[in-house]
Amino acid sequence: MSATLQRLRLEHAGSLRRLRFFAWTFARSPSALLGLVLVLAFCILTLIGPWIVPYPEHARGAVDLANRLRPPSAAHWFGTDEMGNDILTRVVIGTRTSFWIGLTITGLAALVGVPLGVAAGYFGGRVRTVLMRVTDVFLAVPGLVLALAIVAALGPGILHGVLALAVVWWPGYVRLIEAKALTLRSEAYVEAARTMGASHTRILFRHILPNCMGPLVVKASMDMGMAILAAASLGFIGLGAKPPAPEWGAMIATGRSYMPDWWWYSAFPGLCIFLTVLGFNLFGDGLRDTLDPRSARG
Amino acid sequence: MLRYLARRLAYVGMMLAGLVLITFVISNVTPADPAALAAGPDATPEMVATLRREYGLDRPLPQQFLRYADDLLHGRLGRSIQSGNEVAQDLARYVPATLQLVILAMGFACAVGIPLGMLAAVRRQSWLDHGIRVLAVSGVALPAFWIALLLQLVVAVWWGWLPTGGMLSIAADPPPTLTGMVLFDALLAGEWGTFLDAARHAVLPALVLSLPCLASVLRVNRAEMIEVLGSDHITAARAHGVAPGRLVGRLALKNAMLPTLAMIGLRFGWMLGSTVLVETVFDWPGIGLYAVNSAIAADFKPVMGVTLVIGFLFMLSNLLVDLAYGWLDPRTRGA
Repeated sequence: MSATLQRLRLEHAGSLRRLRFFAWTFARSPSALLGLVLVLAFCILTLIGPWIVPYPEHARGAVDLANRLRPPSAAHWFGTDEMGNDILTRVVIGTRTSFWIGLTITGLAALVGVPLGVAAGYFGGRVRTVLMRVTDVFLAVPGLVLALAIVAALGPGILHGVLALAVVWWPGYVRLIEAKALTLRSEAYVEAARTMGASHTRILFRHILPNCMGPLVVKASMDMGMAILAAASLGFIGLGAKPPAPEWGAMIATGRSYMPDWWWYSAFPGLCIFLTVLGFNLFGDGLRDTLDPRSARG
Repeated sequence: MLRYLARRLAYVGMMLAGLVLITFVISNVTPADPAALAAGPDATPEMVATLRREYGLDRPLPQQFLRYADDLLHGRLGRSIQSGNEVAQDLARYVPATLQLVILAMGFACAVGIPLGMLAAVRRQSWLDHGIRVLAVSGVALPAFWIALLLQLVVAVWWGWLPTGGMLSIAADPPPTLTGMVLFDALLAGEWGTFLDAARHAVLPALVLSLPCLASVLRVNRAEMIEVLGSDHITAARAHGVAPGRLVGRLALKNAMLPTLAMIGLRFGWMLGSTVLVETVFDWPGIGLYAVNSAIAADFKPVMGVTLVIGFLFMLSNLLVDLAYGWLDPRTRGA
């Protein structure tokens, strides 16, 4: 057993050394570590949330009018809402909603944006002109406004909200990958591969895509946070998730009508959005310093 | 420079055409039949069919698009179901309010962000620098609607320092309309009481709106300053005995301003987008609130109108930034 381990360690010495270097660079920055902690906390709550919340029956909306709108206390850390539901429970369960929302939007955007970006950047020509013009038009309208227009057309609801945000999110990936693929295309090793008769498929999968991974991972990490924020914004306006679904933005929207006196109703879900987005941003920043140091600025 | 200007203008024209195409496509994916919507719930199929013909909805799509583009060129944006007014009329009333907010927020972001970025760059790796950077990251991550609610709660309700919402007190006399922006109108008319009232109403919304912009301006300016301060010509100037204040304030800042300017242009558009959230919280009578209220009521034309206006303003600001860029740095004109 230990012999196999030894052999594996020797075979992969190069990758191991690189991994250790990544970990070292990442851990040098306190803000990146804070981001990692916040992201991990978010993921763990997403995974085990339903089993650790104090009042699991409150997750989907129960009625306990005797305990409605209680301020934060030992029994209800974040207080209770107008139905007597424990806000801590609903906020923790809300991580699941936010997690899949963020993942779906980012995933769809990357799935559409990366191939188009590669097509534009690597193959160039007229394809590139057309694709980049379309991308520019999409980027010329603030995403939230365009998403609002799309949701208004499709009708409110969390699915439509996610779809609309995915529609406005992909151009960012085209931009990123196009720029990267464009510079990679004229790198000496890509030209060498082409001279030796490598097919486009091989060059794309051996050289272009692997080298795009760094910036892609960084952007995806940051976008997780920004997509969660955007979806919560739609929920707050009243065009995303509808109460009693445990979604943070919708909770804040409902809490708003109980505002000056029962402030905790809106305050705590918002704090969770803030910490989640902050976490993904700091984590992404740290990843950039590690994976893509040349573009690390600011 | 003239050729550059012509090229940029042609580009913006193309972008505008693209934007119109997008709103047309969005309008046409509506699951609800616009004719049926307009005819009302009690309409007979014949009535709906008549309306379809009247609206030209039975024509082929390219023809419909041309008609749509023609309507837009003549400022016909349709009628709002909620207000009963022409959308263009409503927009003319709401756009200045939003612009006032955005201008104030932009001014605040620059006035605070640029000096803070410089300070952080000069005192690099100090506690001040770390503190400023935490502020910068938080500014981007803060949900605008949440921080707006909290500020409203603490500053306006608990402390009672500022009004909770609106653009002007109900009791206040609106100033004579010149720009449509109450604050500036009051200033121009010399009505100091109204001006003060308008200013007090604008503080919180403008502050919230400026936070993400402030954060990015700060980040970019700090990064650029650090790079410029390390460059050869600054070292040379320092060796020649140029005073530190002049070194940072004049020589370095000038060079660091270009990327900061680009960021400001980009942020202008995002700011227009965030007005949707901020205006909702502060009950600010601008296009953001107009769009949200219309979207919730499934009143479609105003939403499209706002999308077009915001897209147009964003393109315009990008054009201005491009031109300023080309003017300040002739090398970029070729791009």
